[in-house]
Amino acid sequence: MELIAGLVLQGLQMLIVAGLAPGLVGLVRKVKARLTRRRGASVLQPYRDILRLMRKDVVLAENASWLFRVSPYMIFAATWVAAALVPTFATGLRFSWTADLIAIVALLGSARFFLALAGMDVGTSFGGIGASREMMIGALAEPAMLLTVFTVALIAGSTQLSNVVDYMASPAVGIRVSLGMALVALVIVAIAENARIPVDNPATHLELTMVHEAMVLEYSGRHLAMIELAAAIKLMLYVALIGCIFIPWTIAQPGAGLAAHLAGFAAFLAKITLGGTALGLFETAIAKMRVFRVPDFLGAALMLGLLGTLLMFVTRSL
Amino acid sequence: MAAIDLAVAAIAGLLALSGVAVALRRYRGVSGFVYAASAALCVALALLGGLVLATRAGPAGLSLPIGLPWIGASLRLDALSALFLVLLGTGGATASVYGIGYGRHEEEPLRVLAFFPGFLGAMGLVLLADDAFTFLMSWEVMSLLSWALVLTHHRAAAAREAGFIYLVMAGFGTMMLLLAFGILAGAQGGYGFDAIRAAARAPATTGVVLALVLIGAGSKAGLVPMHVWLPVAHPAAPSHVSALMSGVMTKVAVYGFVRVAFDLLGPLEWWASPAVILIGAATAVMGILFAVVDGDAKRVLAYSTIENVGVIFAALGLALAFRANGLGALAALALTAAFAHAVNHMLFKSLLFMAAGSVLSATGRRDLDALGGLIHRMPVTAFLALVGVTAISALPPLNGFVSEWLVFQAVLQSPDLRQPALQFLVPAAGGLLALAAALAAACFVRFYGVAFLGRPRSPEAAGAAEVDRWSLGAMAALATLCVLAGIVPGALLDLMAPAVEGMLGARVPAQLGNAWLTLVPVAEVRSSYSGILVMVFVAITASAAAWLVHRLASRRVRRGPAWDCGFPNADPFTQYGSGSFAQPIRRVLGTALMAAREEVEMPPPGDMAPARHAVTTRDLAWSHLYLPVAAAIEFAAARANGLQFLTIRRYLGLVFASLILLLVGLAIWN
Repeated sequence: MELIAGLVLQGLQMLIVAGLAPGLVGLVRKVKARLTRRRGASVLQPYRDILRLMRKDVVLAENASWLFRVSPYMIFAATWVAAALVPTFATGLRFSWTADLIAIVALLGSARFFLALAGMDVGTSFGGIGASREMMIGALAEPAMLLTVFTVALIAGSTQLSNVVDYMASPAVGIRVSLGMALVALVIVAIAENARIPVDNPATHLELTMVHEAMVLEYSGRHLAMIELAAAIKLMLYVALIGCIFIPWTIAQPGAGLAAHLAGFAAFLAKITLGGTALGLFETAIAKMRVFRVPDFLGAALMLGLLGTLLMFVTRSL
Repeated sequence: MAAIDLAVAAIAGLLALSGVAVALRRYRGVSGFVYAASAALCVALALLGGLVLATRAGPAGLSLPIGLPWIGASLRLDALSALFLVLLGTGGATASVYGIGYGRHEEEPLRVLAFFPGFLGAMGLVLLADDAFTFLMSWEVMSLLSWALVLTHHRAAAAREAGFIYLVMAGFGTMMLLLAFGILAGAQGGYGFDAIRAAARAPATTGVVLALVLIGAGSKAGLVPMHVWLPVAHPAAPSHVSALMSGVMTKVAVYGFVRVAFDLLGPLEWWASPAVILIGAATAVMGILFAVVDGDAKRVLAYSTIENVGVIFAALGLALAFRANGLGALAALALTAAFAHAVNHMLFKSLLFMAAGSVLSATGRRDLDALGGLIHRMPVTAFLALVGVTAISALPPLNGFVSEWLVFQAVLQSPDLRQPALQFLVPAAGGLLALAAALAAACFVRFYGVAFLGRPRSPEAAGAAEVDRWSLGAMAALATLCVLAGIVPGALLDLMAPAVEGMLGARVPAQLGNAWLTLVPVAEVRSSYSGILVMVFVAITASAAAWLVHRLASRRVRRGPAWDCGFPNADPFTQYGSGSFAQPIRRVLGTALMAAREEVEMPPPGDMAPARHAVTTRDLAWSHLYLPVAAAIEFAAARANGLQFLTIRRYLGLVFASLILLLVGLAIWN
């Protein structure tokens, strides 16, 4: 019985993450449109885009290799598996011990690796420029992310996300400066990793500073749909991750009743709405950076992550 | 016969095989025979080592009446030696099998054949040595034979220069080890490892010995700043020898360090560890940074070896720190991480060097900017190389990730350390290692993307053909091992447990009994990782998604010209190449760390001359350390040169004066 409940919970969570992810993207777009006094497309537009793309033919470049055709599914799978390991509304995930936070970061790294390789595959300058810049951003964002993971793991005594959430929800934590630093660092990393303004502009197609869109320029049809879906899931993953580490109290504990799970789900919906709105506000308020300003931005995250870690050794109470 | 006898017999066989190669040089099939025989002997060595580890056999010794008359040569096979014998055997066997095919392209095959088996045998002898004399002797033989192999293509000026630099650095490294063992042996001259183990030493003495071994073994392993020879020497050798030098010989150097620091030297104070951790982490970052900007396929791999050696030494430093604090279980975790990374690096680096060798024999080109599109013309090599680059970039579910993950788990135990200096240093070093891992991913996207993907940049790359089956077989074996070590890491960890236990008296918990082959290095509440489940999940999700999409949505494919925003350009040089791909990272990190400079020469308006863009990077260790030292030596030599042209009276005067000086010194000393 417990096994079945665990499996149901795990499956439900995976479906919810993938199902709500395009909605989150639509929400961010809607907020941005309203803030710039446009009416904007419906929140459901990303779903329609993905379904439309799925049904369209794939136009492959003549010299695209098998790697180019396999990569979208690999990227989607790696991202989705990583997202499945982040608790959204309940912690009793059946497979949470499969991989810890470090492995989740590395799974996202795998997705990036294959996306960059796919960008190089056709042999166009746009694919190369996107891949090159994505790997530069990744090379700085990943250590910042890992240092944030170190901070959180050193506080919670675990890199296992379910245990981290349980610890964070317990009264033993209190308000800590290191956690504040970790939060800021994680937000910066999330913005960079999801190709949002000011690091990258998800709305442009013809601008030389673009990164993510340049890499996927040669993709079309169902391949593009998989990559768009993976990108949406990645955004969802980061919102869920920030939510479950820093606002953990609403998440249902294992063995809790149906009411607690429903409450957790409602709180999760509130969290992603809040996250999406905040992201829309932030993107509207800030200008895109030059690509060589991005290292300063990410360097700040790196330093905050390191300071957060070191601060804990200076005084245990902070 | 005991395992040690068989191991010594196999090593003797390898050494003798070098002679056989010379004796049979007239016969046509000699190349295949020598490689096949050395592969068989290496497999035997690996199996023997594995057997010793699996049966947890105690150490066994053997004394041979060769070497210095009053010492002889004592050999010993314990769990640590056995672990590295497994590493040597696996790397040696695959390199030999690869050599069967690759060796056919060699212009002067005897220049490889005569030294290749002996090199393997000498490395085996280093692992078994049980006294300082045998250890140093075999270390030197290993250095010299690998030097001879570096000079295989001796007609190329670059190879001759590489050989010279290597010879100087190898001599320097051996000298440091000689001094270290001299101090270890003490005034009584107890050169046997047993006597060295039993002796008691002052903390300052152990510190000096550790520093000497770090320099001596570290120069062979490629630690910054002793790394300068490695990126020139490793690529100069034929590719299967490069694989051995990078994959195995650096690990023999790691063995040397472990043997002295963890076994012979006795307890070390905590202050010995920060230097090792710091040098390791710095080596990791500098190595991979050079790899990111270099344009030569094999040199990229050699620089990446420096990175991985840095990771190993950082983990060894962590183990020293935990051990000095009396935290045996955590020290075992760090040491296991170091050993696991040593084995994993041997697997994927050998694989990648062989892939680079296949590309070299198929196209004749090593510079990345002449390659491209090889995934179409060399599909099997390209697939196997993809496994290698995924593994080396520390991506789950392959093996590189497992050992990096273990290192990070060890870093996360730093709150248990008592010294504030270490508490600060270890997370910072962890950050550096994370940076190195992320840069490695960038480096190998570039390596693979430029060489195997895209469109061919030269006629050679456009006309490349797949290589022979022996080479492919060796690479496939290594790729399989990379996958296996990634999804069943528990087996590898359990196999190494006796070696770790022999050094520290503690080990990580047994792993193979865990459900779903999960890795639980400390406790389940702290961290766990199941490579096989991650792989299964990703594989199921990916194939289910592909199946569903093809079934329910669309499965049609049309081929057309590349889109490229409407302006596709047929010139292959409009693709991103090795220089352009590295540009963002070079600008961000290289300006300070590698003195990277870009010069743009723009002709004035109206002038028809082409604009030129040049990029220079420098190794700061070379310009700030080695060149001044070389200049000082040259200066001193020029001065001393005057001594050659004196009269006999002056020579006698000089001899007399130095005699007086020595006697005076002696008188003051007493």
